[in-house]
Amino acid sequence: MRKRRIAISLITAGIVAGTLAACGSSGGGSTDAMKAHGPITIWYSNNTQEVQWGKAMVSAWNSAHPKEKIKAQEVPAGKSTEEVIGAAITAGTTPCLVFNNLPAATGQWQKQGGLVDLSKFPDGNKYIEARSGDAAAQYKSADGDYYQMPWKQNPVMIFYNKAIFQKAGLDPEKPDMSTYDKFLAAAQKIKSSGAAPYAIYPAPTSEFFQVNFDYLPLLAAQTGGKTFIEDGKATIADQDSLDVANFWKTIYSDGLAGKEQYQGDAFQDGKSAMAIVGPWAIAYYGDKVQWGSVPVPTKDGKSADETYTFPDAKNIGMYTSCKNQGTAWDVLKFATSQEQDGKLLDVSGQMPIRKDLATTYASYFDSHPAYKEFGAQSARTVDDPTGTNTIAQMQALRDAYTKAVVNGSGSVEDVFKAAADKIDKLQAQK
Amino acid sequence: MSTSVRGSDTARPAAGASPAAGSGRTHRPPLVQRILGTNPLGWLFSAPYLVFVLAIFAFPLCFAVYMSFFDYFFAAPGANVDRPFVGFDNYIQAFTDPQVLQSFVNVGIFLIINVPLTVILSLLLASGLNSIVRFRTFLRVSYYVPYVTASVATIAVWLFLFGQNGLVNQILGPLAPSPSWLSNPALAMPSIAIYVTWKGLGFYILLYLAALQNVPTELYESAATDGAGKIRQFMSVTVPGVRPATVLVLLLATITGANLFTEPYLLTGGGGPEGRSASPVLLIYQQGIQQGHPGYASAIGVILVIGVLIIGWLQNRFVGGRNES
Repeated sequence: MRKRRIAISLITAGIVAGTLAACGSSGGGSTDAMKAHGPITIWYSNNTQEVQWGKAMVSAWNSAHPKEKIKAQEVPAGKSTEEVIGAAITAGTTPCLVFNNLPAATGQWQKQGGLVDLSKFPDGNKYIEARSGDAAAQYKSADGDYYQMPWKQNPVMIFYNKAIFQKAGLDPEKPDMSTYDKFLAAAQKIKSSGAAPYAIYPAPTSEFFQVNFDYLPLLAAQTGGKTFIEDGKATIADQDSLDVANFWKTIYSDGLAGKEQYQGDAFQDGKSAMAIVGPWAIAYYGDKVQWGSVPVPTKDGKSADETYTFPDAKNIGMYTSCKNQGTAWDVLKFATSQEQDGKLLDVSGQMPIRKDLATTYASYFDSHPAYKEFGAQSARTVDDPTGTNTIAQMQALRDAYTKAVVNGSGSVEDVFKAAADKIDKLQAQK
Repeated sequence: MSTSVRGSDTARPAAGASPAAGSGRTHRPPLVQRILGTNPLGWLFSAPYLVFVLAIFAFPLCFAVYMSFFDYFFAAPGANVDRPFVGFDNYIQAFTDPQVLQSFVNVGIFLIINVPLTVILSLLLASGLNSIVRFRTFLRVSYYVPYVTASVATIAVWLFLFGQNGLVNQILGPLAPSPSWLSNPALAMPSIAIYVTWKGLGFYILLYLAALQNVPTELYESAATDGAGKIRQFMSVTVPGVRPATVLVLLLATITGANLFTEPYLLTGGGGPEGRSASPVLLIYQQGIQQGHPGYASAIGVILVIGVLIIGWLQNRFVGGRNES
């Protein structure tokens, strides 16, 4: 019996070891695919407006290219698009193009060998930079190449509820909240007047991406267009960052923002007077809230045309599992042409990452004045880095933020210094 | 049984031969029989489950152990990537990472509250349900409904109950904690433990109800004859009578509790205040899936598995051991 057990164990171990060895090995990629043409598949986001645009774009392409048809679908359901894409890369089931790439995840997918280097197409860099201008540079990877096509953005601003502002005795048409002091004074007035339970209600939770909607827009504004890593070093222990963090800390310690996850939409429900949102919110809130918008505040105040913010961009990725990458590149260019960008703007109100946006689509902004400020803001945005460990670094930042800022535990200076060290260590890892 | 078979097949000399002469010529069954046993058909019948266990549990576990010794990350098929062997680096990192240590403390707090509460409440409620006549079905269904309801739905109810302006705080009035339950670093994990106890109670009550059917009524009658009251009967007859079920409940509550993920993820938004509700599995998810460090995540997972095995062994040793003797 003992020998039999040993024999079975050896056979099982052999099978497991063999399988592990097979899984552990890896091969190489293909460059011939970049010239291949034929049918391709694409995924786009599942929000109504983007589905509408996506279907129309695919239909227009397919009618003109019967031998290179696109098969399109919404991104499969999952906890997040990033997890779905990450799993699909591992399984080799990614489509040719995904019109919903989170810039922060680019480095990770690049490391996985999942993304095609768009700079390797003969006109790759030229096309991307001609369309997006200087804004494209921030989407380059560490090796200087583009593994994502800058596509569209939702530059975030402060949305405010005019009715609540009026009730609180604030100017509902042109409220001055350009500095931290002025913003805090307005927030105190909203709270003390009882106009709303909270002045503002960003999600106080610990998910890595939440930094994009409270801390980073204000950091971009305060620093004049910088993010939390510059030249390979964390900047969160710098004075500008500490000013931003201490501003938010005051918001929380004075009870001007909720510390608890809100079930629903606090802004729409009238529980908060302000929200940090992009232009998607215009269609979303519609007539439910009479809103106005102002740029995010800075310590000493900056004019709107000098204020930077977070773009909340989504880009296009081409995946190495694609057999007909030549067609995929053509589709990518077709989908980001001036005509298609105009249609996207018209349908969704989201801003194509395109230089001279305001002049290229001047007639749109004339007929949609609500979007004008967002259009102007889209020229001054700074996105998350594109490194291999960006998401881990954002998580480290978020953990520090929820600890020192939201919960007020420990000094911002100490907690952010520790987080900066952690971010630097992650930066040093490949 | 195995000892007697081996004794008859190998150690005993062949008939008619002297022990000395026959020592090198003992009867040996065929190789196939030696590997597959005397009833090879048993392997065939158990093969589907064996394959299932190997594919779904054993292989991923072995693969996780393998990954934990490498700077491993998931890559596209055919991608030429480097995953260097790092020895125990991932384990050293796990044991020195404050977040990982905090997560094990968090899940320890969870288990200390959840497991005893689960055992005591489910046994008491099962005993009560077993003895009452009226509304029995209604009550059994009531206790079981939370267990079969999706966590996402029940969590929404609890968020309304335990929110800043929730029903619980309104009842407590000035005694309501500040910050409130789920945003309070000291109360977040206990709140989750109570929620999970409530949600899982129906299942454990069922286990105890089944066990109670096997406790002979004669024992209660004898105890009553000897003058034992209801509490004495419960302690001296019911509790020992359902000990096997108690071991099962302990083990299941510990294993499911150690694998806590959904509740802190949804109730406290990804780790809770100051990471006080982050569980090891939540960190595994963050490291392995979100951040692309499955090698490190595997090391945390392996430590968790070993920890759960030790706790399970101790529980079996101290609660179930007496039963064997």
